[in-house]
Amino acid sequence: MDGMHDLGGKQGFGPVRYALNAQVFHAPWERRVNALYSLAVKLGIFNMDEYRHAIERMEPRHYLTASYYERSLTSLATLCVEKGIVTAEELERRANGAFPLASPSAPGRSNVPERERFKPADRVRVRTDHVPGHARMPGYIRGKSGVVVSESPAYPFPDAHAHGVNAQDEPTYDVRFKAEELWPHDADPALVHVGVFQSYLERDD
Amino acid sequence: MAETSHVRPSVATVEQRTAAIEAAFDERGMKPGEFIEQMAHLTDEQWAPRNGARVVAKAWTDPDFKRRLLANGRDAVMALGLTMPAHHRHLVVLENTPTLHNVICCTLCSCTAFTIIGLPPDWYKDLEYRSRVVRQSRTVLKEMGLDLPPHIEIRVWDTTADTRYMVLPVQPAHTIGWSEEQLVGIVTKESMIGVARL
Repeated sequence: MDGMHDLGGKQGFGPVRYALNAQVFHAPWERRVNALYSLAVKLGIFNMDEYRHAIERMEPRHYLTASYYERSLTSLATLCVEKGIVTAEELERRANGAFPLASPSAPGRSNVPERERFKPADRVRVRTDHVPGHARMPGYIRGKSGVVVSESPAYPFPDAHAHGVNAQDEPTYDVRFKAEELWPHDADPALVHVGVFQSYLERDD
Repeated sequence: MAETSHVRPSVATVEQRTAAIEAAFDERGMKPGEFIEQMAHLTDEQWAPRNGARVVAKAWTDPDFKRRLLANGRDAVMALGLTMPAHHRHLVVLENTPTLHNVICCTLCSCTAFTIIGLPPDWYKDLEYRSRVVRQSRTVLKEMGLDLPPHIEIRVWDTTADTRYMVLPVQPAHTIGWSEEQLVGIVTKESMIGVARL
């Protein structure tokens, strides 16, 4: 989905609030959330793709104003409700207030049928697919051409794995793009490497 | 979210919402308290940037290890006794040189090789870093205190799949000949993310 989470290349954000040895956690509840979602993954209540997708499904205004761990908390609660572990009513009763959850999921998809195996130095193009469900293709590479640098081992296909859809694991390709081609006339020159699932790619002849 | 309503109660605080889930888990016998303590140990003591610093120091002092590290990062760090979760199936180590600078990010969320370089710092997960570093790499690095001369090429690595990355910084000239233990002490998390050079 073309969600609010897909931030690469979005303009208007200011300087990075940066400090050396910056903190990972700022408050005790953040540690608890981090542990609770990890516990849920460990217990098999949901997988990491479902977890990421439930963050992406947050209402955009909520996504932008929530802290990192509030997004984590919202995903955890949403999935526990959707998986039948707890009801939204129980959560709100226990929290003594409203408990905003992410929006419902749209259907996922399986692997693209006409997948190709690529090798280093192959020129590839990112397909111009638009899907309503989870995907790990940042919008800034859609339709863009790049060069394969290497292949990574096969992983579960996120577009399927986040939705309980059957699919084969597939390799990801480290694809090198030029920032100047991703954002013509408005990028600092650099090479941008992206891990791209096989289903997102086609040969660029 | 911004709608006002007369029937909806106000949103519970993040603390209240976290406690609600924890209590629900506890009532179902999922032992959240125990797991929270285990995780605190992992995040504070086990998944420390010192792990990555050991990898870097070893690579600087042992050319054979460095070769193996660059060929297969996961196997090489596991051989040092470090761990990576099962879903981090591939660790790619990015070697900086006097003319090449690598920097890692995750534009879609916050993915990192956290067992090796530590959990990501707050700024890595912020909207500013995630939106800007892929498009304005040189500008953002400069704002963060790393003003790279024009002859140094920049490569940005967006962690959009389950492959994980870490940067192998250039060893500072004045540390040539130091022991591995001494070298471990100078390698920072920032240098392994690639927002600093040593």
